[in-house]
Amino acid sequence: MVGLVMLVFALAVAMAAPLITQYTPFELGGPPLRPPGPDHLLGTDHLGRDIFARIVYGTQVSIGFAFGAAAISFLVGTLLGALSGYFGGVVDHVLSRVFEFFLMIPMLFLVILMSALLGANIYVAAFVVGITIWPSNARIVRAQVLSLKRRAFVRAARAGGAGHLRILFRHILPNGIQPVVVNSTLQVGAAILLEASLSFLGLGDPNFPSWGQMLREAQPYLSIAWTYAVFPGLAIGWLVVAVTLVGDGINTALNRTDP
Amino acid sequence: MKRYIAIRLLQVVPTILFIIVFNFVLIRIAPGDPAQIMAGDFATQELVEQTRARYGLDQPIPIQLFAYLGSVLSGDLGYSYDYNRPVLDVILERLPATLILVLTAQILGILLGMALGVFAARRPGSVGDFALVTTTSVLYSVPVFWLGLVAILLFGVEWGLLPTSSMRSIMGPTEGWPLIADVLTHLILPAGTLMLAWILPIFFRITRSSVLEVMNADFVTTARAKGLNERLVFRRHALRNALLPSVTMIGLTLGTAVSGALLTETVFSWPGIGRLMLEGIDRRDYPMLMGIFIFTSVCVVIATLLTDLVYRWLDPRVELAKR
Repeated sequence: MVGLVMLVFALAVAMAAPLITQYTPFELGGPPLRPPGPDHLLGTDHLGRDIFARIVYGTQVSIGFAFGAAAISFLVGTLLGALSGYFGGVVDHVLSRVFEFFLMIPMLFLVILMSALLGANIYVAAFVVGITIWPSNARIVRAQVLSLKRRAFVRAARAGGAGHLRILFRHILPNGIQPVVVNSTLQVGAAILLEASLSFLGLGDPNFPSWGQMLREAQPYLSIAWTYAVFPGLAIGWLVVAVTLVGDGINTALNRTDP
Repeated sequence: MKRYIAIRLLQVVPTILFIIVFNFVLIRIAPGDPAQIMAGDFATQELVEQTRARYGLDQPIPIQLFAYLGSVLSGDLGYSYDYNRPVLDVILERLPATLILVLTAQILGILLGMALGVFAARRPGSVGDFALVTTTSVLYSVPVFWLGLVAILLFGVEWGLLPTSSMRSIMGPTEGWPLIADVLTHLILPAGTLMLAWILPIFFRITRSSVLEVMNADFVTTARAKGLNERLVFRRHALRNALLPSVTMIGLTLGTAVSGALLTETVFSWPGIGRLMLEGIDRRDYPMLMGIFIFTSVCVVIATLLTDLVYRWLDPRVELAKR
């Protein structure tokens, strides 16, 4: 519940960005590296841009990115997991290997490698992150499908002449979707951190204000402009905690309705 | 048991093959000419053609794939044009630094995480429990490199207490105990950050929930009913079972720990493999990046395998039929 409040707050900030800041995140012109003051709430960065504005606009970027990546992961993961669990046999074997593979390798390495090869573009990054995190969804869906497909209602549907796809989408998935939803919220959090890490390492999209990028730029100025480094990180933490709490909340709520 | 080992070993092989093939595919998908990519941004046309010939990039794809497989499996991870040395050599050179960092953080994180997890589980719902759960959640949600920056701010800039970059002091001791001491002081901040941000929260949460679960299990109630001393109940019955999930996690977290190490190494300029990867990115040294990826992936796969086997040995109830 607290999470929901936090998240809504963050969302509100993202949407209302132009209203609460007086500067755009790209406006150069302010004196560089000022400490927090009446003019610039959190000070300015090394190029004279208002830090507060960048953090606020960064909210839009982070939320958009994270939900996008999580959505990709949700769709791809659910689809492949469902196929794997439903059809079993060779399909399952092969797909399971793929899931395992992705789960085992260090995520960041994969993301970095793919980003470096495919370009520093925010859409590429979202795609790459989505590709890296989908297997956990797939695993869950697969387990759900496996356990559900033996149930009576599935057999009934098949007796009624329903084709495979119909059974899968109309009957099995809606019942098994719940753990995936919870997992997806956690993935949003993970996506935020991954994006921040990417930007921090310099592989993010330079056209969008990103918190990770701000942290990267703050490094050389650590001793003279501490606000530059501290606040974007707090923003990241805030968002991730918010998302995690929401996920926990959903989890508890959904579990309460289970027999 | 032997059969299990054999099967697991066999399973590893396709995974490793897949990693290599995946790498191969990746560089082919990348926009641009692979030879150009591998020769680097500053290569002359002549060098590009040389690279093309050397790696057989002018041959049909299936042949290229086999050639790549062959070279990787025989230990050739490519040649880095920036370092002018085989990739594998550079990796092996930087490996000890990363190992020191990751292993220290892992061990400390596991021990502390488990201890705190047990502590919290023994008094669920209490202030201490709540405080611990909240703190670890926040620590985990915050990016590890931010934590590192904060640590540098506090310990380096403000209080000037601990060194904040690289593994050794410039012009510092070069051998013997003073060297070890020097490295250790440099190790404190990076390992501490890595441990706090990634490893401790994970193990804390797992230990806590598995202890809680076990404490409510039937056999514990039985033991209590028998009139056993509470502490004895705990130690002899609950603890052993509660510890098992943590063991599995050790293997699983190795992959993420390495990722965390990469970020930590960047912040603290620690000369390990993570930093190497970063340099590879900056310099567009694709052979290096691919080599590191294969190397780390294979290591993690092997480590996971070992953890699996240990887990099986500890708990014979584990069945092979997870599929």
